[in-house]
Amino acid sequence: MLNTVYRLVAPRRFEVEFSDINLTGKELIVRPTHLSICHADQRYYQGLRPGEVMKQKLPMALIHEGIGTVLYDPTGKYSYGDSVVMIPNTPTEEDSVIAENYRRSSKFRASGSDGFMQEHVAMVPNRVVPLDESIDKVIAAFTELVSVSVHAISRFDRIAHERRRSVGIWGDGNLGYITAVLFRHMFPEIKLYIIGVDMEKLSQFSFADGRFSVTDIPGDLYFDHAFECVGGGASQSAIEQIIAHIEPEGTISLLGVSEYPIPINTRMVLEKGLRLFGSSRSGRTDFLKTMELYKAHPEIIGYLRNIVGAQVEVRDIPDMNRAFEMDIHKSIGKTIMIWDK
Amino acid sequence: MIYGVILAGGIGSRMGNVEKPKQYLMVGSKPIIIHTIEKFCVHDKFEKLFVLSPRAWMETTKSMIRQYLGNQAERIVVLEGGDTRNETIMNSIRYIEETDGLDEDTLIVTHDSVRPFLTYRIIEENIKYGLEYGAADTVIRATDTIVYSKDGSFIGDVPNRANMYQGQTPQTFNAKKLKEFYYSLSEEEKKILTDASKIFVLKGEQVYLVEGEVFNIKITYPYDLQVANAFLGNEAALESKSRG
Repeated sequence: MLNTVYRLVAPRRFEVEFSDINLTGKELIVRPTHLSICHADQRYYQGLRPGEVMKQKLPMALIHEGIGTVLYDPTGKYSYGDSVVMIPNTPTEEDSVIAENYRRSSKFRASGSDGFMQEHVAMVPNRVVPLDESIDKVIAAFTELVSVSVHAISRFDRIAHERRRSVGIWGDGNLGYITAVLFRHMFPEIKLYIIGVDMEKLSQFSFADGRFSVTDIPGDLYFDHAFECVGGGASQSAIEQIIAHIEPEGTISLLGVSEYPIPINTRMVLEKGLRLFGSSRSGRTDFLKTMELYKAHPEIIGYLRNIVGAQVEVRDIPDMNRAFEMDIHKSIGKTIMIWDK
Repeated sequence: MIYGVILAGGIGSRMGNVEKPKQYLMVGSKPIIIHTIEKFCVHDKFEKLFVLSPRAWMETTKSMIRQYLGNQAERIVVLEGGDTRNETIMNSIRYIEETDGLDEDTLIVTHDSVRPFLTYRIIEENIKYGLEYGAADTVIRATDTIVYSKDGSFIGDVPNRANMYQGQTPQTFNAKKLKEFYYSLSEEEKKILTDASKIFVLKGEQVYLVEGEVFNIKITYPYDLQVANAFLGNEAALESKSRG
């Protein structure tokens, strides 16, 4: 079946292209309904990735956070119209040790293969998870980002030592907020502190035990473990502060993406015996766990509602540009495209 | 009940010296008509899909459907086209009447088999507004100035472009109304009224405008076939870069 694909061909320029989907194959067909814009999409849209990366990856359909409805499932597991969350990571081989999102052979949508800005998305059936109809679809649109936090917190649980009196999260943006909301519900007994730059944004973290400006952290405040959700050039100062305020043998979970190499004070990492581990993307188990958490703690959805930004109905390419431009000018919040292609 | 009616009855005379009717030519790896049928196949709302084919091509159409759409074939019925577009549509309505029966809500979504680039949304909105208003027509805003001439030599009028649209398909109709309207026309009127939407308009019925797409092109001329293949051409290049 001819399928309309909206590919970014150059910074700020989308064009219509077509793919041919095999209707007699093993893939199910999803019609995207709600797509959420991520910083990674913006880096392509604005041409902020290095020139050689842009050249190698474009043309490419953007967006790796989204939900849709099933139109056709050759396995019969899903019925026409079922709502599903789409998983952007596609493993191509089994590995009992390395998680699917870290395998070199895995493909990731909107980073080497077409993302969800398409009329239909053909996917291997295990690349979707059912979405409960009770969950607000606008919030469900950025489930992928939530699953990234769930993945990082699950890794924290595996890696961090057992003394877990307090945890600090650096970053008051979307990722920091989502990680904090999920951490609060996955580990309600651990004291949670948020460190950010914008007091207005920090006030949204009302569920945390404490909120501090990066310029005003009490000198005697120490955390057993920390999460870095800052990214960009500010990663360096965030990691520096974390190292200063973490107890010996603590773990630092790195989630923030930066285009540039970030210097780290390894002398203090050695001296304190710290463990730094990176977390990126997520896999099917993380999506399933996220859906379980939504079900067990419906209030999570309520907290996530706070970061829903603009909702843009998209029927044509100017609407796509409008959504991306609006997203650039927001201070916090997720821009959701109500996809009507 | 809602039916898809794919009009492949015509034998094109504008494609030049090709042996096959244009709907059977290949775009990418499949015949155009198969691409078009596939777009209807993924819609669950259609009770059946009718493919109206030239008599001489009915068996070929059936075997192509079996070959390319094996698991979908049972929902697709190949019928013989009529002498005109409207007669072809009437053949599908007659079939519905004889099998499932025609009722007040029977809706047909008619579509040119040579427009394979239509989208899910266009079909969806045709169904939605066809049910709501009794008829819907797919159009795009005119980008060229339209010039009216009665004699073909001199301009009679230049209508305001802001009010001009170019017709595409699908065109969607309440089947019972269309049948009544069509058979109320004289033979002379039938010859002139080649567009079913116009019949509705002349009978004082509202026809809702569904927004089409510029790329929902009708493959009429050899040039269009080149454009259609170029639409898909980039795909081969991308596949060679192993994209998903």
